[in-house]
Amino acid sequence: MTINEIQDEIIEEFELFDDWEGKYEYIIDLGKKLPKLSDEFKIEDNIIKGCQSIVWLHAYKQDGKLYFEADSEAIIVKGLVSMLVKVMTNHTPEEILKSDLYFIDKVGLASHLAQTRSNGLASMVKQMRSYAVAYQAKEN
Amino acid sequence: MSVLDINKIRQDFPILDEKVNGRDLVYFDNAATTQKPFVVLEALANYYGHYNANIHRGIHFLAEKATSAFEDSRSAIQKFLNAAHKEEIIFTYGTTDGINLVAQTYGRKFLKEGDEIIISTLEHHSNIVPWQMLCEEKGCVLRVIPIDDKGDLILEAYEKMLSEKTKFVSVVHVSNALGTINDVKFIIDKAHEVGAKVLIDGAQASSHITIDVQTLDADFYAFSAHKLFGPTGMGVLYGKSDILNAMPPYRGGGEMIKEVTFEKTTYNELPYKFEAGTPNIADVVAVKFAIDYINDLGKENIAAYEDELLKYATEQLSEIGGLRIVGKAKEKVSVVSFVLNGIHPQDVGVILDQQGIAIRTGHHCTQPLMNRLGLPGTSRASFAVYNTTDEIDKLVAGIHKVKKMVL
Repeated sequence: MTINEIQDEIIEEFELFDDWEGKYEYIIDLGKKLPKLSDEFKIEDNIIKGCQSIVWLHAYKQDGKLYFEADSEAIIVKGLVSMLVKVMTNHTPEEILKSDLYFIDKVGLASHLAQTRSNGLASMVKQMRSYAVAYQAKEN
Repeated sequence: MSVLDINKIRQDFPILDEKVNGRDLVYFDNAATTQKPFVVLEALANYYGHYNANIHRGIHFLAEKATSAFEDSRSAIQKFLNAAHKEEIIFTYGTTDGINLVAQTYGRKFLKEGDEIIISTLEHHSNIVPWQMLCEEKGCVLRVIPIDDKGDLILEAYEKMLSEKTKFVSVVHVSNALGTINDVKFIIDKAHEVGAKVLIDGAQASSHITIDVQTLDADFYAFSAHKLFGPTGMGVLYGKSDILNAMPPYRGGGEMIKEVTFEKTTYNELPYKFEAGTPNIADVVAVKFAIDYINDLGKENIAAYEDELLKYATEQLSEIGGLRIVGKAKEKVSVVSFVLNGIHPQDVGVILDQQGIAIRTGHHCTQPLMNRLGLPGTSRASFAVYNTTDEIDKLVAGIHKVKKMVL
């Protein structure tokens, strides 16, 4: 699936919820289901700066595609991170760099992308893109 | 029962009518900043709408009116702190700015290698970093008063720390993270016995406690207007006049000079020596209205009512399973920090926000304190005079919802 197809799927899932509780319970559930990041990747270098809770992001490349794994101490952030990983993983650096992440806005979670110090989602997106840039540069 | 009419007070604060996520706003982040009453908003609009002018040197009507309002604020603050002289009141941008001023002027002039500066474990980063910067530059040694598990300073350890090497003590009056009220009178007296000067960070104390800088015998006292119903970007540094006179100026520019030639500049007298450039006139003018507002309610009445809220919140929150209150100092202002078993503070904050309840989560700019407590952070509810027990009930229900959703 393309990045946009995955985004559209998430938007569709969120249309089922008509109140904040359902929405957040779903995000919390996603957080609980996200596989735990192995301790070897929970290192200082993988910590996303600017989050109120610690968020780890591990990236690797295989067969020309980028893969992401992530974890967080806070369950809602973990759920949000889980969606980001779902959208961004298993794509080429070019696809990641070209992508327009509209799903966050469409599902009404834009406030979580706000550039406040308490929130690291924007930093996480930025970090995913810089991995894409780095891997692209390595190839050329 | 409070002698104050809380419903009437609530009507003075327009923001309390706001809806957040479709709910009535419950504002429990007062330790970060307090909301502003109409009188302060009107004072700002009135200044800009009717007598905006640059102060002190203009000879026209507006300039004189603005200057007189500006200086009226200085007098109001002098009374608020019971300072001996009006010129001991220096306008700053806030508490942080005041602490930096002292570190960069008094500190750089009078402290030298090997001198010791004492702070405490309860300090906000604002009262740590300026001293670390000074220590780095001058080779001074920073020492830290420890706390016990309840969040009280261990004053016996402080007494042992004091020696002829101690040249400066800078401690917080009230902890922003835990609400602990420190015995600053004792701290100041002991420091003076060894000849050290003392700065008190009054950011959290100014709205809750009656401050008398002469009784305390504080050498410096710093606070911010926005934590006492006044505007942001405006603060006060009190300093004893003989010490302020001995200090070199901080920033250079207009207003702080007596005479400028290209060869040499002579500096203005107190307080203007420390007020370079066009000051924050509107906010200085408006702070008087915030202080008048507090004085009209009566600081003792405010404190008594806030104590009721603190007691009620402590009782109600303690009954929630898995909730632990962090900070059980002997004397506290109306701040309740807590942790919930198995739930990160950020999740508490996000889910309460969805219910229209504003609290603060995280390290509260006190990372060394959080490290001492072994916590990544806490959730903190802090109350002001316009809050109610009904709102605390909403917080309790909100926390139950957090537990239901996350666990």
